[in-house]
Amino acid sequence: MIEFKLPSLGAEMDEGTLLEWKVQPGDVVKKGQVVAIVDTSKTAVDVESWQEGTVAELIVVPGEKIPVGTVLASFLEPGEKPGPRPAAAPAVSAAAPAPPSPGPRRMVSPAARKHAQEKGLDMASIAGTGPGGAVTLEDVERAAQAKPGAALAGAPAGKGAEMRKAIAAAMARSKREIPHYYVAEPIPMGAALAWLIQENARRSMTERLLPAALLLKAVALALKRFPELNGFFREGAFQAASKVHVGVAISLRAGGLIAPALLAADSKPLTQLMQELSDLVKRCRAGSLRSSELSEPTITVTNLGDQGAESVFGVIYPPQVALVGFGRIMERPWAENGGLKVIPVVTASLSADHRVSDGHRGALFMLELRELLQRPEELNR
Amino acid sequence: MNPAEIRAVALATLKSIAPEVEEAELRADRPLRSQVDLDSMDWLNFLLGLHEKLKVEIPEADYAKLVTLDDLVSYLAAKLP
Repeated sequence: MIEFKLPSLGAEMDEGTLLEWKVQPGDVVKKGQVVAIVDTSKTAVDVESWQEGTVAELIVVPGEKIPVGTVLASFLEPGEKPGPRPAAAPAVSAAAPAPPSPGPRRMVSPAARKHAQEKGLDMASIAGTGPGGAVTLEDVERAAQAKPGAALAGAPAGKGAEMRKAIAAAMARSKREIPHYYVAEPIPMGAALAWLIQENARRSMTERLLPAALLLKAVALALKRFPELNGFFREGAFQAASKVHVGVAISLRAGGLIAPALLAADSKPLTQLMQELSDLVKRCRAGSLRSSELSEPTITVTNLGDQGAESVFGVIYPPQVALVGFGRIMERPWAENGGLKVIPVVTASLSADHRVSDGHRGALFMLELRELLQRPEELNR
Repeated sequence: MNPAEIRAVALATLKSIAPEVEEAELRADRPLRSQVDLDSMDWLNFLLGLHEKLKVEIPEADYAKLVTLDDLVSYLAAKLP
């Protein structure tokens, strides 16, 4: 019997609200399959199963707020026969029970009710397609779209405040626990930009690459030689990660920040990385990320891009041990071999955990990053 | 397609990327990216949206011609049959 527990979806997440189940008892579940949607303070997340099995029992009910680690459901392992039904586990509920629904007695999850309120919809008019006629978030979405002049999606006021609290908690914890040191390096981008222009001229629009893809790939490759910057510090010890999953800090239009991962970023060619980045940004802003993208970043990159300032010295996102920052690519006077020229330059920075690495290693990492960006064609492996 | 129709498509595409844009407050003769918060990904997605809807190619080399909304509409009008 497999206990499917609510995974942590980020350092500041202690609990989540189950919005809906995507599977029913008897369904066969594959590894990586989305089995539930859980609401966190930042976004609704598609929670994936880490294991294969058959759904035996759905223990938590939609609408319940539960701490991380709560058993959400039980699965039979492949080949396991269902045993005698175990006594029902006592309901673990950290929050007050859901308020009774007005009018016809139907289950309505608090999230669906809230969403309906925000969209100005009458609950009684929404058809419920969940178990027992329950009204799910999807039902409310459908009703909202059918309503003429439905407001465009924007983060509801409540969500913004919750997100801010979550960011505040994570950032305060980071500064309290992690002794940060910082190293910065100006990186010439002439070769990289020239290569991009050439490369993009021969690609279709839909395959166009942005400088961000080059920067992310270069960070991922440089990290392979610096394991002390790629991993987690937990319970007083550092554990280097075996893979490089680069968290990309993405700002949300309604305010707030989220940093889901580009998984295995070191092994992907630029076209794939660019498409995954684009897809990640879209899903981020639409609030439909997957749990593996939130729980697995081994390092974070914050790229201010062309609307950004010259440089950024970011705050490490625990339990990670490093963060790479990029400012705006800008034209600068550049002295070399006794002469002066004007070239595009990006200021890269590293914020790193001094419990795990020292300035010398941080500096060597930055030099490696700089070197990789002078040979852009090699980033395409 | 006449310029008014092109402008409507451009604004609709822009709003799908930046829902907070208020058409009434947008100055068509001032740089678009100084009025609307569009990072490089947003900008690319905006152009890809126009490419999809209007079937025009917009090479990177032409970006300098697309500073204001008026510029953009003229550019697209010239490219459309």
